[in-house]
Amino acid sequence: MTVSWQTIADAVSLGGIYALMAVGIGLVFGVLRLVNFAYGQLIMSGAFALALAAQWNWPVWAGILLCFAVVLALSLLMDRLVFRPLREQSPAVMLVATFAVAFLLQSIALLWFGALGKIASSVAGLNTPWVIGGVDIRKISVVAVIVTLACLAALQLLLTRTSVGLHMRAAALDFATSRMLGVRANRVIASAVLVSGFLAAVVAVLLTVQFPLVTPSFALRDTIVVLAGVVLGGLNRPVAATLGGFTIGFASGFLGGALPTNQSQYLDSFLFAAVILVLLVRPNGLFTRHGGTAQRL
Amino acid sequence: MLVLGTAVLGEIASSATQVYFIEALVSVVIVVGLYVFIGNTGVLSFGHISFVALGAWTAGVLSVPSGEKPAFMPSLFGFLRHATVGNVPSLLLAAVAGGVFALVVGLPLMRLTGLAAGIATFAVLEITNNILQYYEKIGPGQNTFSAVPETTGVWQAAIGALIAVAAAFVYQRSRFGRMLRAVREDAPAAAAAGISIYRQRLGAFVLSGLVAGFAGGLEVHLLPISYRDLYLDLTFLTLAMLVIGGVSSLWGAVVGALAISALDSFLASAENGVGIPGGTLTVPSGTRVIVEGVLMALVLIVRPSGLTGGREFSLRWLRR
Repeated sequence: MTVSWQTIADAVSLGGIYALMAVGIGLVFGVLRLVNFAYGQLIMSGAFALALAAQWNWPVWAGILLCFAVVLALSLLMDRLVFRPLREQSPAVMLVATFAVAFLLQSIALLWFGALGKIASSVAGLNTPWVIGGVDIRKISVVAVIVTLACLAALQLLLTRTSVGLHMRAAALDFATSRMLGVRANRVIASAVLVSGFLAAVVAVLLTVQFPLVTPSFALRDTIVVLAGVVLGGLNRPVAATLGGFTIGFASGFLGGALPTNQSQYLDSFLFAAVILVLLVRPNGLFTRHGGTAQRL
Repeated sequence: MLVLGTAVLGEIASSATQVYFIEALVSVVIVVGLYVFIGNTGVLSFGHISFVALGAWTAGVLSVPSGEKPAFMPSLFGFLRHATVGNVPSLLLAAVAGGVFALVVGLPLMRLTGLAAGIATFAVLEITNNILQYYEKIGPGQNTFSAVPETTGVWQAAIGALIAVAAAFVYQRSRFGRMLRAVREDAPAAAAAGISIYRQRLGAFVLSGLVAGFAGGLEVHLLPISYRDLYLDLTFLTLAMLVIGGVSSLWGAVVGALAISALDSFLASAENGVGIPGGTLTVPSGTRVIVEGVLMALVLIVRPSGLTGGREFSLRWLRR
């Protein structure tokens, strides 16, 4: 097993990206009790927006702007058209519904862009390495970590220092009561969905730098792994979910880079076996204290 | 219920595009397998395609003539390399494999409900797909199953579908089925009445695993399949069939499977251009999934109990 600094840096940055996705999924789960399986397809749409912008020779900032616009618009649409009518249904029904949305978006992408995908090369310049103390580190690894930290810090501020954040936390704790106390349901859900969409757009930008080839199944596997990570950490608590996302991202990046191929091909099996084990032993998640939150499943 | 099966048969016999009908019947088997668990218990499972996959692997590996095995399965275990069984035993073994796998998986997992069950069964699907893809001692790995005798014709598929429907029907009418429905409607009350939720769910899971494994056997005898065909897309398609038909009735499962299969094969041929009255209809490839995705979301929103509204088919409808 050979471990290079690049492997560790990649693992940390992948962990960061997965942590962002975990937050995005966890926020929506908090207010809606909805596991958004279609989250990866939001990222995929953002990535396609970047690819199109690159194809039209737009400047980088315009491409990123387009990416954010597309992802945010799609998030709101999804909330309005699917999540809102289904709000009263059980979490399992909503999970099936987002499953449908995911496949819908994926096949629209397939129809529109073809199975071979497009190259999003607008920000590929970040793929070149920096040499720090004789060690090569790709710029994107550093950038990803910094962006992740910045997003998490901003989110923390949003949740603790603004009234929207207060509403979101209240709604996550007890939706019915917070509604009675004057939290507007549609607004708090829309804002959670927007923040989660914003994070998806950030992830889209970061991921396309590392994996410039955008196909309709872009970020699909990542979403599945992150979902596992979120459950691993604890769905009910944002911080725990984030930690779970980071852990599984780091583990998957580290083992994927460090193990030889004939062992790392079974990586998914181990990750998901770990998920099952955690679900059985600690259904509330690894990073939660016992008895803290009631299971509302 | 049986009326329906025979009606389907009659329709098929006169048809030229048989393969679509056979596929429809095989999906009836898969969806009925899903229904036995999801419909009766109300617990979600994304994992049933792994039982289908294991059934397909079992029947596939065992029924390829041993002379042709090295061509696409070079590193099989010795005992698998030489064993060859006939059509019917391979289907039975497929069902057993699905059932045993469901038992092994269900023993720990049946304690979970709701979202946790959904995620855990999803994890099972991931693991199964991952292992079948890379572990070449038990199957073709990333190759496609070729040289499996194509014995699943209309009759085999129809009989298979009838067996599955009959099994599901008997089960839901039995005391076990009734107990499960009691649990589904009100778990605490059912538990208080002395029903072991865990055991009843496990029973349903194993039976649905049997049916799903059997479906896998039918499938591998129909088309050359590979691990890619038994993954997310099929999970989505079969779940869509069940949801659109109506999760809580056997009739819904059958109607959903047949309706979506019909739509699916119509759109599939439309993707290659199909003649309709007044011209040729050609739709771009990928339309199928879009239509099905929209339908599934619509049904969930507008009519959460599905096309059949959760009712069973009964002869009384005809008299009205």
